[in-house]
Amino acid sequence: MMNLILVIITAALVDNVILSQFYGLCPFLGVSKQVKTAAGMGAAVIFVVTIASAICAVLYNLVLVTFDLTYLKTIVFIIVIAALVQLVEMVLKKVSRSLYVALGVYLPLITTNCCVLGTVLTNVQKEYNFITSVCTGLGASIGFTLAIVLMAGVREKIAHNDIVKSFQGMPVVLLSACLMAIAFYGFKGLV
Amino acid sequence: MNKPLERIVNGLVKENPTFVLMLGMCPTLAVTTSAINGLGMGISTMVVLIMSNMLISALRKVIPDGVRMPAYIVIVASFVTIVEMLMHAYVTSLYESLGVYIPLIVVNCIILGRAESYASKNPVIPSIFDGIGMGLGFTVALTIIGMVRELFGAGTLFGFTVMPSIYTPISILVLAPGAFLVLAILTALQNKFKAPSATNIKGDDIACGGNCAGCTGHACSANHMAIAEQKAKEALEMQEKLKAEKAAKAAAAKKAAEEKKGGEVK
Repeated sequence: MMNLILVIITAALVDNVILSQFYGLCPFLGVSKQVKTAAGMGAAVIFVVTIASAICAVLYNLVLVTFDLTYLKTIVFIIVIAALVQLVEMVLKKVSRSLYVALGVYLPLITTNCCVLGTVLTNVQKEYNFITSVCTGLGASIGFTLAIVLMAGVREKIAHNDIVKSFQGMPVVLLSACLMAIAFYGFKGLV
Repeated sequence: MNKPLERIVNGLVKENPTFVLMLGMCPTLAVTTSAINGLGMGISTMVVLIMSNMLISALRKVIPDGVRMPAYIVIVASFVTIVEMLMHAYVTSLYESLGVYIPLIVVNCIILGRAESYASKNPVIPSIFDGIGMGLGFTVALTIIGMVRELFGAGTLFGFTVMPSIYTPISILVLAPGAFLVLAILTALQNKFKAPSATNIKGDDIACGGNCAGCTGHACSANHMAIAEQKAKEALEMQEKLKAEKAAKAAAAKKAAEEKKGGEVK
């Protein structure tokens, strides 16, 4: 149990998907203008990455390894993720209207998010078992949410600041990301 | 200018995927810790881009419109797998240092973006050259960023020590935070010199809203559209200005004519 908590913390803080692995950088820069939308995006990512990690772990261990087809993993995973996102969207629409309203807009954005494919592929590369894969997925997506919400908070503040003209817009955002990455680098000694 | 050459120049300079369109940022930041990694990533992306552009353009009349995105993803994923296996066999050290970022070429916005905005609408030969141009642009950009980071961060270039021994490397540049720092400086310079870039378009930070997450290519074409829109807007303003001037002139002329007429009647 302790081990799994450690896995989640490692995935969320030490190997933060955005700030140290650079997965899902585009939503990090694009959907981080307001805390509310950033949190919505983060929730959708947590939802999809965790489910995708579980399904891909099962598929990889039971089907691909058994039939010696591991070289097809990239193709299989991307199709699974694309299908999963569609499915999650449809199920949410039927089952929970409120959740669909909250997450629905962000779901289609996730299909080609490298965050999902990256996490799943890393799980497979490191030969994690099912439980560890799910926990890594959960941890990684929590890390994503943490980073994007923090970033949105910073951006809401710097929107009203007086910034040197050349640094307005994207450069100052990247600079804040740099400082956040340095801060997260401090977690390296944690585990 | 003939078509193939035009496509290559377009990819290298006018619509450079990294410096101008700001696409595919994830690999750009992740693998450019050294020049050789940047070069390797650039070339492998280029190969995938050329092959997928070729096949998608060849199949553009066969693939039904409704399922074109899944079809493109499968085509791209297949080529990525081929490239991955080839790299594993022939350049193992590069394969190991690029790691998971090779399969992640599948979700690189540049590839699906080109498929959607160019290859699906144009014949095979121009599409191939479009792939070559875009790929070269990406490779050059990644190599340059990699060279800068390696030179200042480790004092070496392609693995050879070039900085004098008195130079203390700024090692943060080769770490993860350094990637953001380099890109921040790059975009700031682009803003400063008003270089054409998706990041200094008015109204939005990145023209596509930076939604590479949702970039199934639509966003990339939206990126183009935003740039085109701004240009069109400027052109329209210009036109309206001209029109207003013309109208003012015409009104003045009319007035003058009327006055003249009035004078004649009198």
